[in-house]
Amino acid sequence: MDVTLSVQRHNPDANPATWWQDYTVTVPDHATVLDALLAVRDEQDESLTVRCSCRSHICGSCVMRIDGRSALGCKTKVAEALRRGGAEGRVRVQPAGNMAVLKDLAVDLEGFFGKVRAVQPWLQPVGPEPEREYLVPNEAMLRVRDAMACILCGACVSACNSLEVDDRFLGPAALAKAWRFTEDPRDGHDRDRLEFLSSVPGGIWDCTHCFACVEVCPKDVKPMERIIELRRRAMDAGFTDNNGARHSQAFRDTIAHSGWLDETKVAVRSVRGPDELLDWVGVGARSFLRGKVPLRHKAIPGALRVTAIVSAAERTAAGSARGGAAAGAAPHGAPGHGPGSGGGSGA
Amino acid sequence: MDVAYYPGCVAKGGAPELYRSVKLILEPLGIRPTELFDAACTGAGVLTERNPLLADALNGRTFAMAERKGMPIMTICSTCTGTMLACNARLQDGGYRARVNELLAPEKYEYQGGTAIKHLLWMLVEDVGLERVGGLVRRPLEGLRVAPFYGCYLVRPSALVDEGRPDRERYLERLIETLGGQAVEYEGARKCCGFPVITMNRTNGLKMTGRNIADAKEHGADIMVTPCPLCHLNLDGQQEEAARALGVPLGVPILHLPQLIGLAFGFTPSQLGMSHHLVRPGAVLARYAQAV
Ligand code: SF4
Ligand code: SF4
Ligand code: FES
Repeated sequence: MDVTLSVQRHNPDANPATWWQDYTVTVPDHATVLDALLAVRDEQDESLTVRCSCRSHICGSCVMRIDGRSALGCKTKVAEALRRGGAEGRVRVQPAGNMAVLKDLAVDLEGFFGKVRAVQPWLQPVGPEPEREYLVPNEAMLRVRDAMACILCGACVSACNSLEVDDRFLGPAALAKAWRFTEDPRDGHDRDRLEFLSSVPGGIWDCTHCFACVEVCPKDVKPMERIIELRRRAMDAGFTDNNGARHSQAFRDTIAHSGWLDETKVAVRSVRGPDELLDWVGVGARSFLRGKVPLRHKAIPGALRVTAIVSAAERTAAGSARGGAAAGAAPHGAPGHGPGSGGGSGA
Repeated sequence: MDVAYYPGCVAKGGAPELYRSVKLILEPLGIRPTELFDAACTGAGVLTERNPLLADALNGRTFAMAERKGMPIMTICSTCTGTMLACNARLQDGGYRARVNELLAPEKYEYQGGTAIKHLLWMLVEDVGLERVGGLVRRPLEGLRVAPFYGCYLVRPSALVDEGRPDRERYLERLIETLGGQAVEYEGARKCCGFPVITMNRTNGLKMTGRNIADAKEHGADIMVTPCPLCHLNLDGQQEEAARALGVPLGVPILHLPQLIGLAFGFTPSQLGMSHHLVRPGAVLARYAQAV
């Protein structure tokens, strides 16, 4: 099979500009994009820089963007890429996003690993050490197993929409790691971890729920869902002096009150105080003048029923939860724990 | 076809022009809506984050209403769609559904798990058919370069959204072309509008908004179209602030999906409520009207 790879090249040491270069190679039908790139390097252009090691999606070295999608080069078949992208037998290859290019497809991973280190990804038990190993119930480890499958490839970071605008965001991989340690029964520092994650600039509340990390992760770690659980646990642990928790509370309150969202009230109650509210005066006034701010928020007919459901669900959640966390409310074994998961058809 | 119509909070609050435009276009399309006036907010993922059982109960209640009528739910918001799809996936577990149904019992609702949820965009392509939509076009959008902006939850996670139809991430492009317009290709089409963090990190939210609009503009867009009113709140409502946060001029009018369809069907901008927009579409539309 012949394939043309359009590779975005860059050699910042020699030239500040990037350029596109096309290579046509013949590869076997089962070849991966990484195989094709290595064939180019072996047969046509040894100056092309590609990072890889295991070639079997274990080491996490070969992350790149293939037709705009962050992925492991060694896990993406050329045939599959051609089927998806499809533009005249051509596959577009770019370096991973949200990281500086060192050369061609090799990016600088310092910042990425720095953020992983920032969440202290090691067990910190408290109390006297047991005589032998720490004993852990099987279910507890099953729960964290999926997140432990992370190979630190950075595909999620490459695709993250929040990181595109703010380099301080800890990002999906580091936060999924952080979740794994807050969930581990051997770790004794959940509260400190949750406090850090909800107050540090670039912490859990800066995720924009774009699902990009869930979509691209080659190991199905579902980072966004871990972040969602971290937020829930942080709120349950009382770390609520932040706009994220205020927004969540305001949201819940207006629904409990009228059955649906009173946008104006939520916006006003979500911000820290009058200083932040000032930022909203312009858009508020303009929206009002264009008739976009409803003067009256009328409850839905069954609002009282909704109020009752809110109370009942909150009682159940508080009663069944581990350490008072509402996380216990949905069964961990149920398909699609967390808003994004579950491959089931909605129909 | 008969649908249980779930307009969502924003169409009945900050985006009255959306609610109005949907009303205008459904009849010619042969979609007969029964509005679920008593349905609660989906919680937009925010409630799921706080208390999944609560979100699933409120959405289960809505699904049960539609199930009783024997109709699929039609949404007009990407966020409502994504939130509902995720809740519905969890509610396929019988044991869990029984727990949720306990919460609905006082109102005598019981969800069996059989309600289908579809965004208007999906219904147009899959049920009404683009051929029929094309047949209703009175004023083709000829010469109009339209940048599609999906809203994350209509395209991700594919495990939930695809339902065996991976081409759903090209539906807007296909619809724009059916209406006679030219679909603009640009990277931002499937990115986040920044709305979910707008009250938590305003600068980041505005930068996301601004970057996507700038991207569309650089690729030649006259206007943008979105099937998500939450995206619209940012793309239109806060475009001025986004331009300031980014330090570039923007000025790209943003239409709701039903407004774009309405224009092509021959309704006027004022019938479609465009006087509510913060970025006025008038000048762009006048240019296009002259060209027609
Ligand atoms: S869901 Fe959150 S962490 Fe994941 S890619 Fe989007 S912004 Fe980043
Ligand atoms: S979470 Fe997934 S995508 Fe992110 S670094 Fe780990 S394995 Fe890679
Ligand atoms: S080369 Fe090791 S993951 Fe691709």
